[in-house]
Amino acid sequence: MSLSPLTRVAAATPDGIARKIRGLSDRTIAWIFVAPTIFLLLAVNIFPLIWTIRLSFTNFRVNRPNNAVEWVGLENYRRILSDPTVWQTMQATAHFLIWTITLQVLIGFALAFLINKKFRGNDMWTTIIVFPMMLSPAVVGNFWTFLYQPQIGLFNYVVEFLTGADPASFSMIGDVNLAPWAIIIADTWMWTPFVMLICLAGLRSIPDSIYEAAECDRASAWRQFWTITLPMALPFLMLAVLFRGIENFKMFDLVVQLTGGGPGNTTTLTSIDLKREAFEKWRTGYSSAYAVMLFVTVFGLASIYVKALNKVKER
Amino acid sequence: MRNIVSGLLRLRRGPWEMLATILIALGVFMLMQPFAIGLYSYSFIVTLVGTVMFIIVSHFPE
Repeated sequence: MSLSPLTRVAAATPDGIARKIRGLSDRTIAWIFVAPTIFLLLAVNIFPLIWTIRLSFTNFRVNRPNNAVEWVGLENYRRILSDPTVWQTMQATAHFLIWTITLQVLIGFALAFLINKKFRGNDMWTTIIVFPMMLSPAVVGNFWTFLYQPQIGLFNYVVEFLTGADPASFSMIGDVNLAPWAIIIADTWMWTPFVMLICLAGLRSIPDSIYEAAECDRASAWRQFWTITLPMALPFLMLAVLFRGIENFKMFDLVVQLTGGGPGNTTTLTSIDLKREAFEKWRTGYSSAYAVMLFVTVFGLASIYVKALNKVKER
Repeated sequence: MRNIVSGLLRLRRGPWEMLATILIALGVFMLMQPFAIGLYSYSFIVTLVGTVMFIIVSHFPE
């Protein structure tokens, strides 16, 4: 009679080990399975975080590992919080965050609302709209650079068509006032489909029976939107805002490819500034303090946002 | 108003979470506002206090 692989493994296990395994409680076995994951999380997430916090109180420079590391206390934090350049970077990030989230939510929800209606070619349009999200941020940054070219770029000609302005008279990525809008437009183009998909999931989860009941009560389309569609899709919208808020706070690749943080510092977002401090100026202690500051800000915002999200879900 | 003060004194989660939320929101506003660098300088400590408070008070009873 042939034995199953499991039986053969059990038979091959030495008696001593087999006795030990038989004596383990369910709780111990559960810990044995969970322990590698906990160890990995500690090694990959928690340890670097604690190490970064420790480095933020020192003058350590990673390009000079043999130099003596001095404990500087809160000096790195004091320097960051009195630096007008970092303050300007924070303002650029706030401008980018507010406008990208507002535009993406408005356009994304509107698109989801339209796509949710049954019409011919619905699936094809969904695929076309979702296309920008599938591209690499580096690719998107590269081709928007071409689109924004004053001489050959399509964007300036579209603006000329709409407003009559001379296409060679302005440069989206070379102008101090226009460059912040150039990165907002490119990011909105790329990530609105993501918001649309989340909103679409929310809209499709609303049962038709609720709308049918509203029809019976002679509720207008406007009233149905404000009392059924929007409240029921709100948790999904809030989730989209949370995801995009955290992602855009860390935005790096698209903006570096598009403007490189320029002209001047007008599109230097916090992550770009942090990267320069850490890997161009090699001020590891200073940049660690910078990273801790950003972490606390995002963590605090995410905490209150998750609380608000849970409250909306409970309703 | 009296309920909020009473909730704070009796260490209830609701009012304390509201206070922590206000501190975090205020800290983030101070961090990113374009009006006064003085506000920016104190933004991190306000956000940090709010965040730590939020973590602690979320374990308070309802």
